[in-house]
Amino acid sequence: MSSVALPEAAGAQLAAPAKKKGLSPWETWGLVLIAPYVLVFLIFVLYPVCYGLWLARHPESYVKLYNDPVFFRSVVNTLVFLVIGINIKMVIALFLSGFFVTARTWIKWLSLLFILPWAMPSIPTILSLRFMLNPEWGLINSLIFRFTGADGPNWLNDPYLALTLAILTHIWKSLPFWTLILVAGRLAIPGELYEAASVDGATTWQKFRFITWPSMKTLYLTSTILSMIWTLGDFNSVYLLTGGAPADQTHVLATLGIRYLRLDEVDMSMASIVVALPLMLPLVYFMMKRLSK
Amino acid sequence: MSAIPSQIVAVKLPARPFSWRRVATEAKLLLIGIPVLIWTMIPIYHLVLFAISPKESALSGKMWPDHPTLHNFSVVFHQQHHYLFHFWQQMWNSLLIAVAAGALTLLIATGAAFSISRLKVRGGRAIMNLALFTYFIPAAFLAVPMYKTMGNYGLLNNQWALILAMVTIASPYAIWVLKQASDKLPYELDEAAIMDGATPLQLFRLVYVPLMMPSLVAVGTYALLLTWNEYLYAFLLLSRDDSITLGVALGNFLSADDSPWELLMTTGLLYALPPAAIYYCFKRYMVSGLTEGAVKS
Repeated sequence: MSSVALPEAAGAQLAAPAKKKGLSPWETWGLVLIAPYVLVFLIFVLYPVCYGLWLARHPESYVKLYNDPVFFRSVVNTLVFLVIGINIKMVIALFLSGFFVTARTWIKWLSLLFILPWAMPSIPTILSLRFMLNPEWGLINSLIFRFTGADGPNWLNDPYLALTLAILTHIWKSLPFWTLILVAGRLAIPGELYEAASVDGATTWQKFRFITWPSMKTLYLTSTILSMIWTLGDFNSVYLLTGGAPADQTHVLATLGIRYLRLDEVDMSMASIVVALPLMLPLVYFMMKRLSK
Repeated sequence: MSAIPSQIVAVKLPARPFSWRRVATEAKLLLIGIPVLIWTMIPIYHLVLFAISPKESALSGKMWPDHPTLHNFSVVFHQQHHYLFHFWQQMWNSLLIAVAAGALTLLIATGAAFSISRLKVRGGRAIMNLALFTYFIPAAFLAVPMYKTMGNYGLLNNQWALILAMVTIASPYAIWVLKQASDKLPYELDEAAIMDGATPLQLFRLVYVPLMMPSLVAVGTYALLLTWNEYLYAFLLLSRDDSITLGVALGNFLSADDSPWELLMTTGLLYALPPAAIYYCFKRYMVSGLTEGAVKS
């Protein structure tokens, strides 16, 4: 473990005086083995990012963006998605992680099914949801009609309802993953703590408040931030469910960039991503600080 | 081992007195479990329902068809609809691209993790940070520049474009997970191997890779599933009917209003089953591998 904590430079210095000229085979192999990733990074990350920023250099793009009502709507939708959607999802995940650590055989089986939305590709399952919500022949409105005799709402034609459903779709898709992560966090808490608390007559809430939460809060916060970063790029939940409809009212920043691309306005597309950077970079900075120690 | 506890349970259970408290606990669990089951399974059940229903029945909102049929599967397998003329080719494309991206990611990430964690290559820490930074770029934001870049490289409509794009997206996390895992291997192993005169390559092949097997399986599976399931990059980078993946083909069904929904859902089900099966096969590795990477706290 101690050598892990050793700073990189110290290790290199130790090795350097030993061999005066040329690289030792260890250093050579170190460079050879890391070179492929460095190449991938340079060719497919650094160059695209620089090229993208270069495309986004025109001030006119931002003026056009500012004047596009769809852009403003997308920013608001993205914020709603992140602030409301993610927090609801994480609270549910925290609650369900408690449910899934309960020792029951049927809960084990349930957890196997529960992971399916995450393991399966988005496109068939989200299209399935989309068909369920079809106002004329979808399953949901058929059931509403059968039981109440009334016509169900035109789900995806109302911007607020459609955005809510897109958020629910996102939750459906990614809840299993975060629950799994929080389950791992809960399993790391020593069981004796709970046994001791039970002996002392602690209630379920007290156990959560004084044992579970203190050991989980860092993980919970990290997971929330990470989920927010990824959700900024969640294209599928919105695109496959609503496609931005009705009237481009349900776009988020992730789908807006692709919308501009389709309209052949690459500059606008890149500008819309650059605008999201102030939202994204603080979150990324926080995560880097957390993980790269 | 397992026989003993079950005997104990068998003896204990009848002896335990009936208590309302226990019933209440079980009821509360069921009260959570049943909604979770319904919430999770409804879209998937709906997918299956469409796949086994004749068209009219699927659109009538029944929870179970009067005459379940495998006709839709037969139509898909025999490619008997103009949306499906390339079904097998597209299934093959999905498989090929996913396996290629998985293998390439595994190769690149293992080398990088070994180099950073065991060989302590100069600048390794900086490269790890760059990889982590890449991991945090939302994939949809990188999609547009990636699309333009692939255009510049002349790779659009070439399956290598998608393979390389997916390697780019998958490898940062792969390196991160592998580095975490390899930092945990005792350094005495390396030292002992070096004392015995092992070359770096022998250390890699004979010590490192065998010990890292569980993490390698996790990472390879992760990259494979990520690529198989990818939609956005696939539809941006590929567009010819015979080179696209099955996911993109499903998206193309949506372009017409009178699409054969029941065939779309059948194809979708066939597309969704392999990743689920692979996940179950490698679940053991996946869960520990993925959570270890993300949970570090």
